[in-house]
Amino acid sequence: MAINNKQTEATTQTKHNPTLAALLSIIPGLGQMYNKRFIKGSVIFVLFAAFMIAMFDFLSSGVTGLVTLGVEERVDDSRVFLSEGILSLIFITFFATFYVLNILDARSDAKKLQMGWKVPGVVEGFRNAWDTGFPYLLVGPGLFLLIFVVLFPLLFMGFLAFTNYSLYNAPPRALLEWVGFKNFIDLFTITELRGTFLNVLSWTLIWTFMATTLSIALAMFLSILVNDPRLKFKRLIRTVFILPWAVPGFVTIIIFTALFNDNFGAINADIIQPLFGTAIPWLTEANWTKVALIMIQVWLGFPFVFALFTGVLQGISSDWYEAADMDGATRWQKFKFITFPHLMFATGPLLITQFTFNFNNFNIIYLFNGGGPPVRGQSAGGTDILISWIYNLTFTNSQYSLAAAISIILGIIVATFAFFQFRRSSSFKEEGQY
Amino acid sequence: MASQPMSRKTKNTLELVVMYAVIAVMFVIIIYPLLWALGMSLNPSSNLYGASLIPENWSFVHYEWLFTNPRSNYLTWYKNTLIVSLSVASVGTLLVSFTAYAFSRYRFKGRTYGLYAFLLLQMFPVLMAMVALYILLNTIGLLDSLLGLIIIYIGGNIPMNAFLVKGYFDTLPKELDESAKMDGAGHFRIFFQILLPLAKPILAVVALFNFMNPFMDFILPRIILRSPENYTLALGLFNFVNDQFSNNFTRFAAGAILIAVPIATVYLFLQKYLISGLSAGATKG
Repeated sequence: MAINNKQTEATTQTKHNPTLAALLSIIPGLGQMYNKRFIKGSVIFVLFAAFMIAMFDFLSSGVTGLVTLGVEERVDDSRVFLSEGILSLIFITFFATFYVLNILDARSDAKKLQMGWKVPGVVEGFRNAWDTGFPYLLVGPGLFLLIFVVLFPLLFMGFLAFTNYSLYNAPPRALLEWVGFKNFIDLFTITELRGTFLNVLSWTLIWTFMATTLSIALAMFLSILVNDPRLKFKRLIRTVFILPWAVPGFVTIIIFTALFNDNFGAINADIIQPLFGTAIPWLTEANWTKVALIMIQVWLGFPFVFALFTGVLQGISSDWYEAADMDGATRWQKFKFITFPHLMFATGPLLITQFTFNFNNFNIIYLFNGGGPPVRGQSAGGTDILISWIYNLTFTNSQYSLAAAISIILGIIVATFAFFQFRRSSSFKEEGQY
Repeated sequence: MASQPMSRKTKNTLELVVMYAVIAVMFVIIIYPLLWALGMSLNPSSNLYGASLIPENWSFVHYEWLFTNPRSNYLTWYKNTLIVSLSVASVGTLLVSFTAYAFSRYRFKGRTYGLYAFLLLQMFPVLMAMVALYILLNTIGLLDSLLGLIIIYIGGNIPMNAFLVKGYFDTLPKELDESAKMDGAGHFRIFFQILLPLAKPILAVVALFNFMNPFMDFILPRIILRSPENYTLALGLFNFVNDQFSNNFTRFAAGAILIAVPIATVYLFLQKYLISGLSAGATKG
């Protein structure tokens, strides 16, 4: 009552009550009708009613299915229950959002009415609806695809991590059950599994760090070298240096697999054996495979960074260097205080994406040696990184739940990384205003 | 003191020699594997034993086999890849430009959450959810079909590309659409007649990436496509070397050269635009 008094004091307007409008909207559309927007109200009511009638059975069976994951063995397929359950959850989220929006809409319209606002005519009302709805119309198709192609599978994977889906317990033969955090606990308590996980994780981190840093270092060295004004044929040199980026990666990786072949690959036969009199077991000794992988990734990865750096170098004003020359700066000082900061400032966020790219660089690991050589007693090969191990667990060992649990861990690592990256990137600071 | 300019000159020459030497070594490291593959593709035998860079009796048998042998699916794969690439490039780019336009020009409820969701989703590799994709396509009957592949490519590319295009739209002055709105242009007219033509460079880059990707990706097709007549080029070629019983590296080399040469040419010619597109995507979003 106190609030009402205050409002009547402040604005001696109509007695239209926003709270009542919001309360009426618990039945969608009724609040809008109270606001005398009858067309809008009835459209909302019909839409909600249609949704409820059409979807209620699907949603309720979906949710119960998600809880039970099927009752009758060999009849119920738990995977179908799981996916229908997730779809129901997505629909319910949408429904809840629209429901809340409907209440908020009724309330805000009622507030405006209270302040003496006139209900717009039919034509204007439609125009307003078109104006506010237009961005949603634009985003709609993309969002729809995104939900089904990216969000839904990720959620499915997330839920799978808490079930017992494996080779021995696979639908449609058997029913899945919720097992809570068992897969995660197994990963850290079963000795072999923990050993494998730690091996793979540490190699993933070493791989990411080495492959990326070395490509950046090589790119920096070469771009500064080629930028030297005394050098001729710059265009030709830059074109050749960009070549590894231009050729499709999977082709070059397969070529390298053949070149590095232990027995008849050109690298052993033509270079290593004549020089050192012995062959290097590139594909059968894990440490040598790792060395080869890093070398190949540097070959594949440096050209893009090289092109970026070259662009930056050409943009650095020569004034900087002339001033440094006047002060008698050495070459190292010029690099340290002028070139390096310029390069890092201009390309920092891009270099971070190079790290995330290599962290999930499935192609090279899988194509070069299939994550091998195999290691006795573990499901991951000697050079498997997390993403390729997940692939093996899924498609070779059918350890679906375990793979899903590792995926979640991988996702958390990636998301943390992304979070820090975008907190720092300037464009999001600008975005903050909206 | 008189020897000073002289020694600087020798130092200069020496430096240049070292620089050219480094570049020459890099040239060899870069070009050798590529030339070797070219040599392989012209090698009439099918295995790698005793293969040398320049084959003694070179021939085009592998190229011929790819195009004329009734057991070769090469042309079908080419057609499949073109279908996938063209659909992803056209539909995908259009969808992305819609999304990017909304995020760039409209301030609507849920916009910030949407942006964050896009950012987060673009970090997760589609590969992470492969089991789910497999099961999803299986339930709706799109497994082993190009349509399923197309849908996943389009959907999976949306977050990253939307940011790329949004970043570009953000740089176009808002006065343009505001003045058009004054003149009574509708939402669609502003979009199609004013902003879209201005955003051509970035749309071309996105379309090109979308077009190229199916030529180079083998892993998603490998999960989705089962029958050889539905393969894309990358998957088909991969199976040439992956198949344990008919491992045929030289045939792979011939098929690979045929797609690597056009792709590399496009990349080299358009490198400036592609690299600026890629860097814009990462810095702007």
